[in-house]
Amino acid sequence: MVECGRHLNIEILTLAEVTSVSGSIGDFKIQVRQAPRYIDMDKCIACGLCAQKCPKKVDDGFNEGINKRKAAYIQYGQTVPLKYLIDPHACIYLTKGKCRACEKFCPTDAINFEDQAATVDLAVGAVILAPGFAAFDPSPFEIYGYGQLPDVVTSLEYERLLSASGPCMGHLTRPSDQREPRKIAWLQCVGSRSTNRCDNAYCSSACCMYAIKQSLVTAEHLSGDSVEQTIFYMDMRTHGKEFERYFEDAKDKGVRFVRARPHTIMPGAHNSGVRLTYTGEDGAQVETDFDMLVLSVGLEAPADAGILAERFGIELDEFRFARTANSDAVASSRQGVFVTGAFQSPKAIPRSVTEASAASAAAAIALADAKGSLAKEKVYPKELDLAGQAPRVGVFICACGINIANVVDVAAVATFAATLPGVVMVENNLFTCATDTQTLIAQKIEAHQLNRVVVAACTPRTHEPLFQDTLREAGINPYLFEMANIRNHNAWVHQSAPEEATAKAKDQVRMAVAKVLLNAPLTPATVDVAQEVLVVGGGLAGMTAALGMADLGFKTVLVERQDTLGGNAKRLNTSYKGESIAAMVESHAAAVTAHPAIRVLTQTRVSAVAGSVGNFTTTLEVAGSRETVAFGAAILATGAKEHTAETYCYGQDPRIRTHQEFDALLKSDHPALDAAETTVFIQCVGSREPQRPYCSRVCCTHSIKSAIALKKRKPAMNVFVLNRDIRTYGKRETLYAEARRLGVIFIRYALADKPRVVVAPDALQVTVSDHILQLPIEIAADHLVLATGIVPQGNSDIFELFKCSVNADGFVNEAHPKLRPVDSSVDGVFVAGMCNYPKPIEEALVQARAAVAKAGALLSQTRMRLDPIKSIVTDKCDGCALCLDVCPYNALSLVAVEADNDTGGETHSRIISEMALCKGCGLCAATCPKEGIHVLGFTQDQIQAQIEAALAPVRERMGTAPDPVD
Amino acid sequence: MREPFEPVIVGFLCNWCAYAGGDLAGVSRLQYPPNMRAVRVMCSGMVHPDMVVDTLSKGADGVLVMG
Repeated sequence: MVECGRHLNIEILTLAEVTSVSGSIGDFKIQVRQAPRYIDMDKCIACGLCAQKCPKKVDDGFNEGINKRKAAYIQYGQTVPLKYLIDPHACIYLTKGKCRACEKFCPTDAINFEDQAATVDLAVGAVILAPGFAAFDPSPFEIYGYGQLPDVVTSLEYERLLSASGPCMGHLTRPSDQREPRKIAWLQCVGSRSTNRCDNAYCSSACCMYAIKQSLVTAEHLSGDSVEQTIFYMDMRTHGKEFERYFEDAKDKGVRFVRARPHTIMPGAHNSGVRLTYTGEDGAQVETDFDMLVLSVGLEAPADAGILAERFGIELDEFRFARTANSDAVASSRQGVFVTGAFQSPKAIPRSVTEASAASAAAAIALADAKGSLAKEKVYPKELDLAGQAPRVGVFICACGINIANVVDVAAVATFAATLPGVVMVENNLFTCATDTQTLIAQKIEAHQLNRVVVAACTPRTHEPLFQDTLREAGINPYLFEMANIRNHNAWVHQSAPEEATAKAKDQVRMAVAKVLLNAPLTPATVDVAQEVLVVGGGLAGMTAALGMADLGFKTVLVERQDTLGGNAKRLNTSYKGESIAAMVESHAAAVTAHPAIRVLTQTRVSAVAGSVGNFTTTLEVAGSRETVAFGAAILATGAKEHTAETYCYGQDPRIRTHQEFDALLKSDHPALDAAETTVFIQCVGSREPQRPYCSRVCCTHSIKSAIALKKRKPAMNVFVLNRDIRTYGKRETLYAEARRLGVIFIRYALADKPRVVVAPDALQVTVSDHILQLPIEIAADHLVLATGIVPQGNSDIFELFKCSVNADGFVNEAHPKLRPVDSSVDGVFVAGMCNYPKPIEEALVQARAAVAKAGALLSQTRMRLDPIKSIVTDKCDGCALCLDVCPYNALSLVAVEADNDTGGETHSRIISEMALCKGCGLCAATCPKEGIHVLGFTQDQIQAQIEAALAPVRERMGTAPDPVD
Repeated sequence: MREPFEPVIVGFLCNWCAYAGGDLAGVSRLQYPPNMRAVRVMCSGMVHPDMVVDTLSKGADGVLVMG
């Protein structure tokens, strides 16, 4: 959010509503009505006095109405833009004509009761709709007890109760008596996967994971061991990357998972807590008391989705989500209007973020001709020349809401920091990263003539760039800055030792100040960015990525090791929405082949990769010959493959097939299909087992799609799907319902009691323990389909060449699952499709588009600034070349220095460091026996200063004078 | 009375792994004793052997190089 708020090319219109849309792609005219804020954004300094003095209290919508806010308010501490507003429906003056208390106290005269609604006219080329979702409201349904029983809350309310910035400040209490609950139950699928009570037929996709997360966070928030968490569920849907492990981990940590739907929810003793009655898996009726019940409410289209759709002229589906095709999941029914997030279909954050990038790529491709024509570039003030100035350090100490301040005494740290040498100013902040604090830092820099800044807050790994930018805006070199990580490395990990944590925080600040005193201004070098892209893998994801990059105007090389394009998609029949995949492959392959900016290289292998972001080179082996290609960014889309079954007699009988083999049979229209009386599908073959502890995501939908095809072909056929959980997430749930309606029989089995298969001449004998009868049943099957999982392609050598990290299962890791879902661990290398994780086609295509957005943004700059943390050779280098061998990036070389006055008239050798190759690892510095090479920003002096500072308390205790050594 | 022995440990943490691991420990709320003072380096290979000896001679009870 902060990044959005700061971005020069993003204009934020708050309190805004689109009132009319006209025109078409490339030339939309959009009218926006902006409601009055009653507070002047330019004048408001977010001091909060208006809210403090406002006498009117109303329910705080952000905290789900659990607590109160004032009529003058901000939603929450990190709001962007951080400016107060007045709620016209609550404000006493605006409703009754008297009060204006806020106006009297506002120190900047920002209150403006005369504020009027404004109309803003926008001319845009494309539109992206991301209105999000509305949480399902359980209050009309008496069965849940919501609204009648105080300790029944929705998952969103519970989220706020758990939150450190929520109404309980992170100290969870239940609503009825404000006591800490010890026994908490979650009820899944509230408002999802049901049509009985006018709720929603689809699966909301996110609730299983958020319930597990809440159960684990609960254990963290409640003290003591006697916390019991029970999740009542229908199917556990942990089908995302690393989700299954998370589920297993929760089980190991004692979270109880009960497959049951409590049918009666009664009040507990003294109207506190709840009494749940449910039928267990063994058929027995169980009655249990819980202190709290959390309703895992589903995701719905926003209430005004219909109005939005009408204004933009787009179609909605039967659930009021935007109608999209699987071949292009971000394109609405109107050209130039794109959709993303839960408005497209219910989904959690990682896919929403990926989809958002895909939508931006789609919009960028649509407007490729106008690329960059309106973009603004940030101009920083000229850096102040600080040469010869004595250090003047400002220290900003963050409370991070209560994240730090709960453990570390931030006021004491501030008092201490003021005593440190060079420090001329110390300030405590509630959120040092907040937008208004950046303004404050800039003001302090000017007022106190600071020339160095220390922020004691969270980790420099996420927040250093933000503060460095603030310094640049204030005319200070961004490397005259240090952070002390008193949150991640302190408050969060020493929660029960506040005194020691405070002492440690002081040391951390002392160390940061000691280092910053020695920091020198650094200036980054810039390098050219090669305007070409390498796409590895010619499946649907790779082809989509190549087309996207080429449409953005970049020369693209598409490398495929097989002799044709298409990958796995060649063996699939239809998407879950029934679209022909063969048609998709054909049109993509034709487009890729015909595109003038794309070079397709089939039967080609990547045999070497060198260079770094912006400037890579690769050696390609094309039909026996070698070729070198230069590129600025790469997209890896090397796919995955069907696991070869090792169980259930696979390979012993032609009637036993995998998914893809059965797809081929279905496609061939073979008479054996009509002759068959019984077909059995077995799910999770080789998946969700200790050796492959992940869910392959696509198999449930695939089996059900095939089962429906069989039932439609021959309604009398017996079709069984033996499963552990059915994971038809999102709108796929409608297929599951349809299969049941058509008479497909679903029988659940347990991992410990798998089905058994015996090959007999007349039929395949499948034995499975029926979960309702609690008895083994035998099925004589004509066809057995094994839903084998998806495994990596077995091409880990490519990932090694690119130095991309993979997870324990062999799938390429993303840099951050939520924030950077298509970046690999290597800058400039992006990932799309199944090499990242098993996924259906529409998600692979979305990911490919997202990779296009990221690679396109990288290549949109023809020159790129390099990180200035690089090795630098000092005068002490005598060319001994010990460092040469240890440099892992081949950045160092030995050159002869001509004899001159500086060398005392002698010829000698010297090391030089290549900036673009050096990564600043400092192996050279640690190898050099004579301080002949340093890493800028991490010189020996700077590190020594930190060590001295860290050990200062030891010296004080021992009464030794500083630095007895040397 | 003597205070119980609390060692002072200086840790050299690689920015890309150990330091990131420290961040993750925080996010995961893994609790550990507050005896270490971390020096962030761009690679544990950056830590000169002299620096380790120097740290011990200046009074540290232990040195951790993590990367």
